[in-house]
Amino acid sequence: MSVLLHKDFTFIVQGITGREAVNLTRECLDFGSKIVAGVTPGRKGREVHGVPVFDTVEQAVAHHGAPIDGAVATVPPAFTKDAVFEAIENGIKLIVVVTERIPRRDVAEMVELAGERGARIIGPNCLGLIAPGVAKMGGIGGPAKDAAKAYVPGPVGVMSRSGGMTTEISSTLTAAGLGVSTAISIGGDAIIGSTYAELMPLFEEDPQTEAIVIYTEPGGRMEAELVEWREAAGSKMPIVAFMAGRFMDDEEMQGMSFGHAGTIVEGVEDSATEKIARLEAAVIPVVERIDEIPDRVKEALGR
Amino acid sequence: MRFYEYESRRIVERAGIPVTRYGFCTTADEARAAAASIDGPVVVKSQVLTGGRMKAGGVKFADTADEAAEHAAAILELEIGGHMPVGVLVDPKAEVDQEYYAAVLWDARAKRPMMLFSDMGGIDIEQVAEEHPDHVGRAHLSNLHPIADFRAKETVARCGMTGSELGRAGRVLAALARLQRDYDMTLAEINPLARLSDGSFVALDAHMEMEDEAVGRHKAMLTEIGVDLGEPRELYEPSEFERNVKAIDAADHRGVIQGKDHGFTGNLGLVIGAGGGSLTLTDAVRSQGGKPANYAEIGGNPSVAKSCGLAKQVLGKDGVEKIAVMMSIVSNTRVDIVARGVIKACLELGKDPAETIAIFRIPGAWEDEGAKILDKYGVEYVDRSVSMWDAAGMAVRKVQG
Repeated sequence: MSVLLHKDFTFIVQGITGREAVNLTRECLDFGSKIVAGVTPGRKGREVHGVPVFDTVEQAVAHHGAPIDGAVATVPPAFTKDAVFEAIENGIKLIVVVTERIPRRDVAEMVELAGERGARIIGPNCLGLIAPGVAKMGGIGGPAKDAAKAYVPGPVGVMSRSGGMTTEISSTLTAAGLGVSTAISIGGDAIIGSTYAELMPLFEEDPQTEAIVIYTEPGGRMEAELVEWREAAGSKMPIVAFMAGRFMDDEEMQGMSFGHAGTIVEGVEDSATEKIARLEAAVIPVVERIDEIPDRVKEALGR
Repeated sequence: MRFYEYESRRIVERAGIPVTRYGFCTTADEARAAAASIDGPVVVKSQVLTGGRMKAGGVKFADTADEAAEHAAAILELEIGGHMPVGVLVDPKAEVDQEYYAAVLWDARAKRPMMLFSDMGGIDIEQVAEEHPDHVGRAHLSNLHPIADFRAKETVARCGMTGSELGRAGRVLAALARLQRDYDMTLAEINPLARLSDGSFVALDAHMEMEDEAVGRHKAMLTEIGVDLGEPRELYEPSEFERNVKAIDAADHRGVIQGKDHGFTGNLGLVIGAGGGSLTLTDAVRSQGGKPANYAEIGGNPSVAKSCGLAKQVLGKDGVEKIAVMMSIVSNTRVDIVARGVIKACLELGKDPAETIAIFRIPGAWEDEGAKILDKYGVEYVDRSVSMWDAAGMAVRKVQG
């Protein structure tokens, strides 16, 4: 089993004729994902790696003749909100938003509409998700043969604010003989569709997942939310955390932004030191090195 | 984007929130004229993009127009927290009966904007929230549905207000909420919001911040209030290194590079990427006793010119002895191109790549080609089997000799 994706999961790529989208489509098809259509307004009738292109999501759904499970939105920031609305209003329930630099208000509007329609958003500013041996949705892990190298099926769920580090961590888990159930690049922005705490229940229900690894950074309050969820749900699933950007705690770095848009420290609670203390108080070990992760996971699993 | 107080006041005023009759002045003479037209005691306030103006002597009271001019002359020359003011604001000294606090800001966890109101204004709102929670009203706003006046009224009523004040304050808060949404403000704050002796409410000070990603869609409003869109509004003055890296990045659309060196003074230059990988590697260098000379990001698929440009800028910084070229596992960056770029940078600066590049770790596309080039110049490299931590450690040990 895996989280969110399954063997027959169907999705479309919005903005499929863009350069990055063409690559992503190739990679996903090679990995075995079922991309049933692409959408780029004004480009109806074309094909991208054999995938038919339509002007609207409505046409894509009509062509498929059945509800479509997901959409990868890779359109310019000014048009992303409308594209995501279009996907949601055409019955799509899982939308991966790859686009970066989308104003927060637009993201919040998408997330609120998704909530009203029972849909879920992953991202924005993310690489999507991958279930090894099942499917991948987005550029995560790169070309299929590279993705297959870094990601083999296993018991660990991965959630990461950095797309690149999702693969670095998964590759380390794979090399240590553990492997990954599902890895999700959740996005680096201040407001995202699905936080650690919002995804945890899915991993909790997944029979394959036995432990979780999170990659986190300074900025935001998502770790506090995770800790509260864990306590409220009485969850015993082991979590190992890696925190990058400890150097940002230095006095001369205050108020500066490095890396992702969400990685700006706006208050005491946002700092690396504070987050580490909070996680460790909840018995979530925070490692200093990526290569320590597999051993900590094995310890937690009693292997 | 941050705004000067006088700009924030213009934004608030446009939204229909009353303000005092202030004047924005760039010379002492203008300040004298503004004070004369106010015809009463005034406050002269430095217009600078930093806090702590009062403490630094950037806010002064004057009873006469000449006194206002004198203060303005001094304040215009006064640097506060590394920033020179762009002017002064001359404001009538208001007859205030009571001060309030009103703000609308993002609650990232709720993924919605939140209204905040307090009848204890003029002081630190976090302190009020801590010590007098019953004096702070809060409410979240929908992003999709219209902003209803009653929500603002409820928020004001939650801190115990009633009578004609309730309606007046509620209208200000509702206008502030619409302004926050309409103009993509990450923060829209009026502190203090004052009730004058005649019962009217005015914004005595305002603090606005617009999300950078949204600036492009508000050009008309920004131009109308006189904002120069070309003016950098950084927290600090960008260094030569930062400006140069930015220019190299802008010159070529392939790939993305970034460089920052504010607060970094070490001897190990970093050509690393990207996003989370840069944060992880910077930590790994520092935790193992290394002293980074800069922060950097390389991502996407940068051209030889871009990789070379970044490496040259890093190598050109004072005190840099070696550079480390490292990335997390990447799928879309061609290793051979980055290798060519950094080697070219060394050669053009008359340095031996084998000596200068402490370590090269980029597991990605075209790895074999990259290895061939690195072998040719005797540069030490590692693949994905060597962790980011260990690669960083190798670089640190080399630069320490």
